[in-house]
Amino acid sequence: MSRVLSVEDLGIGFRSEGQDFTVVRDVSFSLEAGETLALVGESGSGKSVTSLGIIGLLPPPPQSRTTGRIVLHGGDGDIELLGLPEPRMRRLRGDRIAMIFQEPLTSLNPVHTIGDQIVEAIRSHRRVSRAKARARAVELLEQVGIPDPQDRLGTYPHELSGGMRQRIMIAIALALEPDILIADEPTTALDVTVQAQILDLLRRLQKDTGMAMLFITHDFGVVADIADRTIVMYAGQTVEEGRTETVLSDPLMPYTIGLMNAVPRLETAGLKLGDLKTIEGFVPDPAALPQGCSFHPRCAFMQEGLCDTSPPSIEDAGGGHMVRCKRWRHIGEERET
Amino acid sequence: MTADTPLIETVELKQHFPLRRGLFGGSSHMVRAVDGITIDIGRRSVLGLVGESGSGKSTFGRAVMGLETPTSGSLKFDGIDIARAGPEEMKAVRRRMQMVFQDPFSSLNPRMSVANTLSVPLRFHEPGLSRQARRDRAGEMLETVGLPARYIDRFPHEFSGGQRQRIGIARALMVRPDFIMADEVVSALDVSVQAQVLNLFAKLQREMQLTMLFITHDLAVVGHVSDHVAVMYLGRIVEIAPTRALFSQPYHPYTEALLSAAPTPAARDRKTRIVLEGDIPSAVNPPSGCPFRTRCPYALDACAEAVPELREVGPGHRAACIRDDLTLAAATGT
Repeated sequence: MSRVLSVEDLGIGFRSEGQDFTVVRDVSFSLEAGETLALVGESGSGKSVTSLGIIGLLPPPPQSRTTGRIVLHGGDGDIELLGLPEPRMRRLRGDRIAMIFQEPLTSLNPVHTIGDQIVEAIRSHRRVSRAKARARAVELLEQVGIPDPQDRLGTYPHELSGGMRQRIMIAIALALEPDILIADEPTTALDVTVQAQILDLLRRLQKDTGMAMLFITHDFGVVADIADRTIVMYAGQTVEEGRTETVLSDPLMPYTIGLMNAVPRLETAGLKLGDLKTIEGFVPDPAALPQGCSFHPRCAFMQEGLCDTSPPSIEDAGGGHMVRCKRWRHIGEERET
Repeated sequence: MTADTPLIETVELKQHFPLRRGLFGGSSHMVRAVDGITIDIGRRSVLGLVGESGSGKSTFGRAVMGLETPTSGSLKFDGIDIARAGPEEMKAVRRRMQMVFQDPFSSLNPRMSVANTLSVPLRFHEPGLSRQARRDRAGEMLETVGLPARYIDRFPHEFSGGQRQRIGIARALMVRPDFIMADEVVSALDVSVQAQVLNLFAKLQREMQLTMLFITHDLAVVGHVSDHVAVMYLGRIVEIAPTRALFSQPYHPYTEALLSAAPTPAARDRKTRIVLEGDIPSAVNPPSGCPFRTRCPYALDACAEAVPELREVGPGHRAACIRDDLTLAAATGT
């Protein structure tokens, strides 16, 4: 596999009402061709902001500031995306990195037919005739499972169901065969049966094109379904990272353990096992992060004098399973008892 | 009424809406949002209602609350026929039925303090109470839903989503109802907050002996909170069963497809997943016969002939499918 993206020590901050606060801190990861990496976390974890930082869609400084490195590999050598002038970034966006969002209705232009929107997406990057672009549009619609693609070119977004609109967004995103597809909660607004269709579609397209996917979601069920590797984010940091099966079946960071316990399970439906285990408290305000580990005030395994003093660094717990917790070695034992 | 009669009974309840077509268009087309539902909700039990968008589950919830006049069929609350109840009787019924909504932000008045928000239902249903008495009750209720009583003079924007949902729940409980209709109440919440709110519902249901209709699209949530689960598709119940039976021995192919499509963190073989084709059909023009047949992997020609009746397939377990030769996949090991 070849590496298509490296993110090193990414930091993202915003300025609001004269105050600066950091919402993403020292996030590092890489993405290989053909693999799916999930960024999972609750609201305020920094997962979406990370993805917007990569594709260069954050407000310009001084409203936001981004530090670290974001490097796009392959093609004609490495490109450092951070600090890239906007015209160059615009050429890469859609072409090398594409993105789909949760709500396709707001991402599609309501006054243009879907055919025109796909043609526009192609012709803004490639010097091809309108006819050629239309032919490619038909091909794309077919690829994303839209029946009668030729006839569908003339329809408007509002005439389509949510699932169909998401397919159109995927068609537009794939029009230029990007190396990387960033998918930000693309199935969250969809019904479960339609969600299953879209996840299957993305998996199939990835197999056909070899693109890498960065998949942002809050849903561990979706993570289990789509991702090869998983990063769990909390308060702007990576707190756990590893192969998806490992992270989900053997989580080491207390936050991940807490989330996994808090989700009701299909497998135990109707057994009346009593209360769900909860994580007490709230995600901290980015302007007032706790000292030490940012999760320690909510952590069931917190040790005074250790967790509330200095921030933990991320450690390899074996086989690339990374965990940001000073006590991960003890947590396995404590969970047993 | 005796304790063993259901608190809520609907018989062939239908809720159709005319579809306006243009300025002078007649209303020849009807949206069959709820198309003949017969169910009971037993006292102090939780009925979960699952379905996808367009299934009619929220419309059914509104119909049960008496917020719509049914097109046909009947609705009884504690033996009282809602269609025939007089104004006084109806006012008493309204106090006993309350609801909680999905979006706690838009359902709370941003300009009203918590004390005021919680007092409104009391002013209507218990007009004899003094201002101080209402305020005391509001403070107690805040504690009941897990918020400090000192938050009583705060406004909605000062609370997080989970806290706002607690206030929505507190408002519903102020008049000591017997029945709560909860429509997608945890859908907008993060996982860790969702668990807190689900635990709160369980506690309140137990302590206040509530009967609940819990509407959601989330199967795992419904499996956690409900005693019985009903699955809706295109305005009809296609399967209803005690929760464990529904998840371990689904009988209707749509239930199987839903269970199979529901994402779960547990390791599962993707290849055996049933992925339905297409979208839910329009409720204006539902398919003839079984409403699910156009997407059903097991449909026969006979499925187009008549709408299948719900029939007994196990203890308290009914399904609307003419086939009895299927072995369907379950969400859980049996």
